[in-house]
Amino acid sequence: MNRRLWLALPLIVFALFVLAVGWRLSDPPDPTVKSRLVGQPVPQFTLPPAIPGKAPLSSADLAGKGPRLVNLFASWCVPCIGEAPVLMQLRRQGVQIDGIAIRDAPADVAEFLSRHGDPFVRVGGDMRSQVQMALGSSGVPESFIIDGSGVIRYQHVGPLTDADLPTILTELEKAR
Amino acid sequence: MRVWLASLTLALASPALADSAQPASPYAYQQLEDPRQEAQAKALMAELRCLVCQGQSIADSDAELAGDMRSLVRERIKAGESPEQVRSWLISRYGEWVSYKPGLSPETLFLWVAPLLLVLAGGMLAAGQFKRRRRS
Repeated sequence: MNRRLWLALPLIVFALFVLAVGWRLSDPPDPTVKSRLVGQPVPQFTLPPAIPGKAPLSSADLAGKGPRLVNLFASWCVPCIGEAPVLMQLRRQGVQIDGIAIRDAPADVAEFLSRHGDPFVRVGGDMRSQVQMALGSSGVPESFIIDGSGVIRYQHVGPLTDADLPTILTELEKAR
Repeated sequence: MRVWLASLTLALASPALADSAQPASPYAYQQLEDPRQEAQAKALMAELRCLVCQGQSIADSDAELAGDMRSLVRERIKAGESPEQVRSWLISRYGEWVSYKPGLSPETLFLWVAPLLLVLAGGMLAAGQFKRRRRS
């Protein structure tokens, strides 16, 4: 009996291997990178204006100003065009939105905003992804919800869609 | 004719643009002036994960964000930070995951203990075999 069990061992190991592979194939790991700063204060930063004539953005503008949405976008980012109407919708509902333009030329940001709508109160230009990295963001578009005391409460990775609106509004309400 | 057409379409095709076309960060492709600091930065860059192409290190990747991360590493080391300070700054943003050199924590305990357990099991197996052979 004992010997039989030993003989079956390779088969058991193989079956476990197949199970493990099958499990990972049917449930692939999530590649989105979540920021570890959710629940922590916004790191200190100061950005120049992304376009001349529009107010720039610094961390001081985010603290103590009620719940705000900070949207990382770029004119060279195609999914950002897709989420532009959703941001405009939020703006119409009275949400205060600030933008951070990642690696973008002022003329391109201006054209992007005139073409797809400008939902932003302030827009900072992050020419070298420095603030993006400080926030623990790994791409565009991404959105952060900052509460009244300047603490990051929520992060959304990827373009916002209509389906995300209830979650975003609930999180904004929670951050009030 | 078909080959000619195919090469023409290839020549005319423009790549899908997922990059900003803005200039790279100052130290993305440029070494530090101090060779000792550059060696430190290089060793660290080989151990940091690119956030865009997640199987590569930032030393290997040509993604724009990887370039910006390389510049961040070099600039911070140039300013006098130790490689471990830079690593922990990034870990505090992106989690343990960003580093290819896992520290010892409850999450990674199995990773560190598994080789010891395997060697132990192998040793016991080998010892059993030797004992049996001596007996026969």
